[in-house]
Amino acid sequence: MLPNVNMVKIDIDGKAYMAPEGKNLLEFLLKNGFDIPHLCYHPSVESIGACRMCVVEVEGARNLQTSCTTVIRKELKIKTHTNRVEKSRKMNLSLMLSEHPNECMTCDMNGNCDLQDLAYKYFPSGEPTFGYSKRGIDLDDSSEFILRDLNKCIQCQLCVRVCNEVQGMSIYSMTNRGYKELPATPYELPLAETDCVNCGQCATICPVGAITEKPSIGKARWWETKKTKTTCAYCGVGCQLDVYADPKKNEIVRVTASEENPEVNDGVATCVKGKFGYEFVNHPDRLTNPLLRKKGKLVPVEWDEALDYTTKKMLDIKEKYGPNSIAFLSSARCTNEENYLLQKIARAVIGTNNVDHCARLCHASTVAGLARTFGSGAMTNNLLDILDSNVILLTGSNPTENHPVYGSRIKRAVRNGAKLVVADPRRIELVDYSVLWLRHLPGTDVALFNGILNVIIKEGLYDEEFVKNQTNSFEEVKSTVEKYTPEYVSRVTQVPAEDIVKAAKIYGGATNAVIIYAMGITQHVSGTNNVISLANLAMATGNIGRPGTGVNPLRGQGNVQGACDLGALPNVYTGYQKVTDEAIQRKFQKAWNVENLSPTNGLTVVEMMNAIIDGKIKALFVMGENPRMSDPDALHVEKALKKVELLVSMDIFPNDTNKFAHVVLAAASQYEKDGTITNTERRIQRVRQVINPIGNSKPDWIILQEISNRLGYNMNYSHPSEIMSEIATVTPIYSGISYERLEHTGLQWPCRSQEDPGTPILHAGKFAHIDGKGKFVPVEFAEPPELPDDEYPFYLSTGRILYHYHTGTMTRRVKEINDISPEVEIEINPSDAEKLEVKSGDIVKVTSRRGSISGKVKITRRSMERMVFIPFHYSEAAVNELTLAVLDPISKIPSFKVAAVKIEKV
Amino acid sequence: MPTILEADSGFKELDKYIDGIKEKKGMLIGVLHKAQEIFGYLPVEVQSHVAEKLHVPESTVYGVVTFYSFFTMKPRGKYPIKLCMGTACYVKGGSKLLETLREELEVKGDEPTKNGLFSIHEVRCLGACSMAPVVLVGDNDFHGHVTPHKLLQILDSYRQKEGKRNENKKS
Repeated sequence: MLPNVNMVKIDIDGKAYMAPEGKNLLEFLLKNGFDIPHLCYHPSVESIGACRMCVVEVEGARNLQTSCTTVIRKELKIKTHTNRVEKSRKMNLSLMLSEHPNECMTCDMNGNCDLQDLAYKYFPSGEPTFGYSKRGIDLDDSSEFILRDLNKCIQCQLCVRVCNEVQGMSIYSMTNRGYKELPATPYELPLAETDCVNCGQCATICPVGAITEKPSIGKARWWETKKTKTTCAYCGVGCQLDVYADPKKNEIVRVTASEENPEVNDGVATCVKGKFGYEFVNHPDRLTNPLLRKKGKLVPVEWDEALDYTTKKMLDIKEKYGPNSIAFLSSARCTNEENYLLQKIARAVIGTNNVDHCARLCHASTVAGLARTFGSGAMTNNLLDILDSNVILLTGSNPTENHPVYGSRIKRAVRNGAKLVVADPRRIELVDYSVLWLRHLPGTDVALFNGILNVIIKEGLYDEEFVKNQTNSFEEVKSTVEKYTPEYVSRVTQVPAEDIVKAAKIYGGATNAVIIYAMGITQHVSGTNNVISLANLAMATGNIGRPGTGVNPLRGQGNVQGACDLGALPNVYTGYQKVTDEAIQRKFQKAWNVENLSPTNGLTVVEMMNAIIDGKIKALFVMGENPRMSDPDALHVEKALKKVELLVSMDIFPNDTNKFAHVVLAAASQYEKDGTITNTERRIQRVRQVINPIGNSKPDWIILQEISNRLGYNMNYSHPSEIMSEIATVTPIYSGISYERLEHTGLQWPCRSQEDPGTPILHAGKFAHIDGKGKFVPVEFAEPPELPDDEYPFYLSTGRILYHYHTGTMTRRVKEINDISPEVEIEINPSDAEKLEVKSGDIVKVTSRRGSISGKVKITRRSMERMVFIPFHYSEAAVNELTLAVLDPISKIPSFKVAAVKIEKV
Repeated sequence: MPTILEADSGFKELDKYIDGIKEKKGMLIGVLHKAQEIFGYLPVEVQSHVAEKLHVPESTVYGVVTFYSFFTMKPRGKYPIKLCMGTACYVKGGSKLLETLREELEVKGDEPTKNGLFSIHEVRCLGACSMAPVVLVGDNDFHGHVTPHKLLQILDSYRQKEGKRNENKKS
């Protein structure tokens, strides 16, 4: 994918080098081991030559040139360490130090400060030329996470640039002139009063102690910490992080972005959860021992007792009711290896396909919809190539809160000139960056996208060549969408007809158009059809298989992609190999050395709960999930959890689910074990152990192995890498994966051999169906199963907010995060608030046909009239007690995005 | 945060000016000029309004406002008086002029007088040292070899000008 770079001969300190023409000189010098001092350069942002420490002598130039702003060209001749150069560096450094306090003793950056290192180098003994001084500026400690001490600022502008260019919030700007010039917030407001989203990138990038991470201050000196690179597990982006831990205290003290993987998180980007959301690890609530229910109470026991009890009970139930009486919930929060082991236990050891996980609740419809149309159910393109898109169609996704680092990248694409079209009932932040916003009614997605396709066909904007050569069944879709005229669709969706035409012209007229979506599309009874309608759009316009195009579902949890890939689904083994396929069955029987793998599909998440209530499932084994809060119609789930004969929960915290468990197995968190997880762009990346498991908790893969051994099936892995080797042998799309190859950058599946470099873009040239062609599938709009009526007049939509993650078990145990967002906020439109006579902060009761919850009102135009949005993070106001457990008939995903509720002032 | 300023008719005038600009990119400084012309200074509310209208970050607007000494976030008198305190003017009696002004106008710093007519701004050389001490009223009413007596006459001329204007308004 690299553009062709012309190598040219240049001369550095009298020696010849071949260097890439047009590239940054400093970058080249640093890569080739030259010791060039620099303070204001960072590979992730534009160079501006502010600190002047990287100056070099360039032949032909009168003045010294900053190498960070010098472009490599033919015959470039430079000298890097002449007297003149060193004198200039020393002078510049002296001037910086003359405005810097000599406070290294108490500075949190001591030991990792570029300025300190340079002072030590140039003034090894004694004072710098002009001494030190302190500006006398007050600290800004208003933010929960970021401490600003501008007395230490060296005016490098890295904070300004990273906030502008990478984060896209532009909180800082350089203000005033000359020696008074400093980075400031608008009107010098305290940081906490600005729009700052606490991504912490300014603290990561600040080369001195001017901006530091508040929670890290005083925790440990840099040299006392151990750095481990790992993958963030908070969302599907899979940011690469450097985690610093104090081994003496077995505690994480700081997180920064790894510079090694700019294609994932720009070499510097994090969001508030990835950067600051680690405190839960050492929280006193952590489960440190297994618990067993004795006389009605969960009490700590030894591992042997807990595991013996669990496995004996499982064998009893299997004996008594048969293998299909046991069900397993796997987890998108666990590693690929752990998901593999769990489904292996379910299938090979117990003999059931009753294994599913929370992907059922987020992207089951994606897997179903994209498999039908494209032949493979995953994000078609990668996270980086959105920068090649001319048009971005974003629908049912709120990336700046749910995939923040990718949300920032969308902003960057827009700044680079891409046109953004947003289709969303909510006025999400990115609407501000869009050229067109379609505010359709919840649940009318198929109508909207069929309508857009109608216009595209009518206006002749479809790609005839592509449709003819690379797809099937276009005519069927063409005739289906005929009746979806802009006028008809406008009546259904409430989007003005001319906007539908506009959207069609923008998307259909683009050279490279990309579709990005998430749970606003998938979590409907029509979820699969929603996805198909988007896939039809992409195929009709030939926007697939090239950079900057594609249909890109953003996966929610860190390893949803991987948990699906590894077969934690009731109908497929690893790599989407069907359990109903006899040849595949035989392959797995041989590989796992068992007989009679079950040839029938197992039950899905919601079906499992129903089966428990019907008395068909007797044991439920839950790894790292919290269905009492995350599943729809949660009171129904509770009934099931109370009824089941054996409920085993492997978790890191007590939660709303495992309070009903018979056994709770204390698991280690993602920072306490090795493994891999697969991000939304199909990139398999390493998770590495940062600290030891807390208390007597154990990594899930070890617990699973011990369970398997007790169940009579021998497992003997000494490290997760051995599990991955096994996965590679049975999973064609993972067959080229090994830990050695994943060491630095990860690999995107399909990766079919040791030589296969992985696949950044799917469906290039041909689709994954056997005939290599994409398949158009006609889909019709159908009304959601529950609509507002006189009694329940509001649409209810659920989702997430920036500061919290899912059922809140982790983020609500991070003090600063919880201080910012301590309780549920029920988002309603100002005009509804007026009618209900409620003010912001009033408590209201929200009731559906299934339950009711209470919480604070937040009045905001983000919600449309007659629609209320409630995040599902808060167990004391668990919105899933209101949601509807009606399922998409194809993918069995529940309808989280549409339910009818009423609102009353309390 | 609602302010009195939100209702200021100046916003309408400013919006009309901004809406009249075809290519808004790169027009920030021009718009700020206009805004200061309308409001006399650039309070937070005005900067925030400009940022929203031009789709530029508030931090950028604030950065520009603080960079150029021409822009001010504090209200000035209708006729800001720049009093040179550079070496030449100081030696030639600049400090005496300052004393006279402060006494006459009853202001301590650079805030406007009670009637809003004047404000005093000490500057460091207006580039006319041969005529020291010098005073600049508004943008281009320049006076050299100023004495305390002459200074009071200058003030009076402005007061008269204002008085006439007010009479005209009344009639």
